[in-house]
Amino acid sequence: MRRIEVLGPGCANCRMLYERARLAAKQLGLEFEIERITDLGVILGYRVMSTPALVVDGVVKASGRVPSLSQLKELLA
Amino acid sequence: MTELATTAALPKARAVRLGRWLSLALAAWMVAYAFLDRLSTWLSRDLLHLSPATRFGSAVTFFVYEAPKVLLLLTLVVFGVGVVRSFFTPEKTRAILAGKTESLGNVLAAALGIVTPFCSCSAVPLFIGFLTAGIPLGVTFSFLISAPMVNEVALALLFGLFGWKVAALYLGTGLMVAIVAGWVIGRLRLERHVEPWVFGTDLGGGTAPDERLTWEERLRRGLEAVRDIVGKVWPYVVAGIAVGAGIHGWVPENFMASIMGKGVWWSVPLAVLIGVPMYSNAAGIIPVVHALLEKGAALGTVLAFMMAVIALSLPETIILRKVLRPVLIAAFLGVVTAGIIVVGYLFNWLV
Repeated sequence: MRRIEVLGPGCANCRMLYERARLAAKQLGLEFEIERITDLGVILGYRVMSTPALVVDGVVKASGRVPSLSQLKELLA
Repeated sequence: MTELATTAALPKARAVRLGRWLSLALAAWMVAYAFLDRLSTWLSRDLLHLSPATRFGSAVTFFVYEAPKVLLLLTLVVFGVGVVRSFFTPEKTRAILAGKTESLGNVLAAALGIVTPFCSCSAVPLFIGFLTAGIPLGVTFSFLISAPMVNEVALALLFGLFGWKVAALYLGTGLMVAIVAGWVIGRLRLERHVEPWVFGTDLGGGTAPDERLTWEERLRRGLEAVRDIVGKVWPYVVAGIAVGAGIHGWVPENFMASIMGKGVWWSVPLAVLIGVPMYSNAAGIIPVVHALLEKGAALGTVLAFMMAVIALSLPETIILRKVLRPVLIAAFLGVVTAGIIVVGYLFNWLV
């Protein structure tokens, strides 16, 4: 079960990453749970300096940008 | 030999295909741009039989020429900057700025603010990351001022609508405001107005996936940027140019001169005060500003207005309240506003 977290306080980019990541996971047919994290403390806990950021199973896979759908599929697989 | 060739060929083949596709796209772009003038004249004069002497004709001719031109330029600039940005990350910028002395730091920070990918929602984590790396408060502010203000969309639109000189002017003065305002804030020694818990945070080196990108990946980032940015912003650009076309066609020649012209000494502070609480992306505002300029508004006033709108955003200020105490926020707003007003006066006087 993939645990996907999208870090960001809630700007348009953060929402875009969330939607795209969810779509990518669906298209890959993964079993996953996806969550949007807006809490600053948690974001800092991952030592992320640049949102939006993508965390997969506790590992920061992308930060500061919204990867394309195909790139997200690579990162989530 | 054949097996190795096929498995190794796949990523290479992809890269070659991308290269070919991009070369074609670039060639098509150049052809479109070169023929734009003729095409738009044909469209408005010969096909629609509009005379530029009439108000409607003049507005439509303006629109038909400017809209595609600006969109083409925007696409090219966003692509180029997208590729350049792939070389920079906030983590690298933070490493570069740490330990630099103030004045040099202010200049570097302002310059890096242009090329470092930065979403304004990221202001707080970035602020914390910079401060805890030992980057002085003023230097951090130089970055935070230049990043949203000197953005490629604004520059592309300015270049397309006003020419390279105005774009360069905006770039230069934007950097100056970021450098000087940041430096002044540093001199004011307002560190005690940063929320104390910030200094206790430890971000270590920051976590960013270690990415060594190939050229193919960089070019793809450029394309991503075009899809995301131009895709989001083009309706605003078209709408803005349409409004600008309307102003171009219908508003009398010197209408703006009375409130935004050179002769009126209070036009600069007024424009800035109106601009500060407004927040708009560069895309919507600039084409309107173009038409205003045509109708007699002074260049300095208009530049100042744009900077005030783009550089200071209420949402970002509210977000920064998490890490900055009101005194510091007030100082930030005050110094940047003052800087922008100075730029406005300077250009009304010089040009």
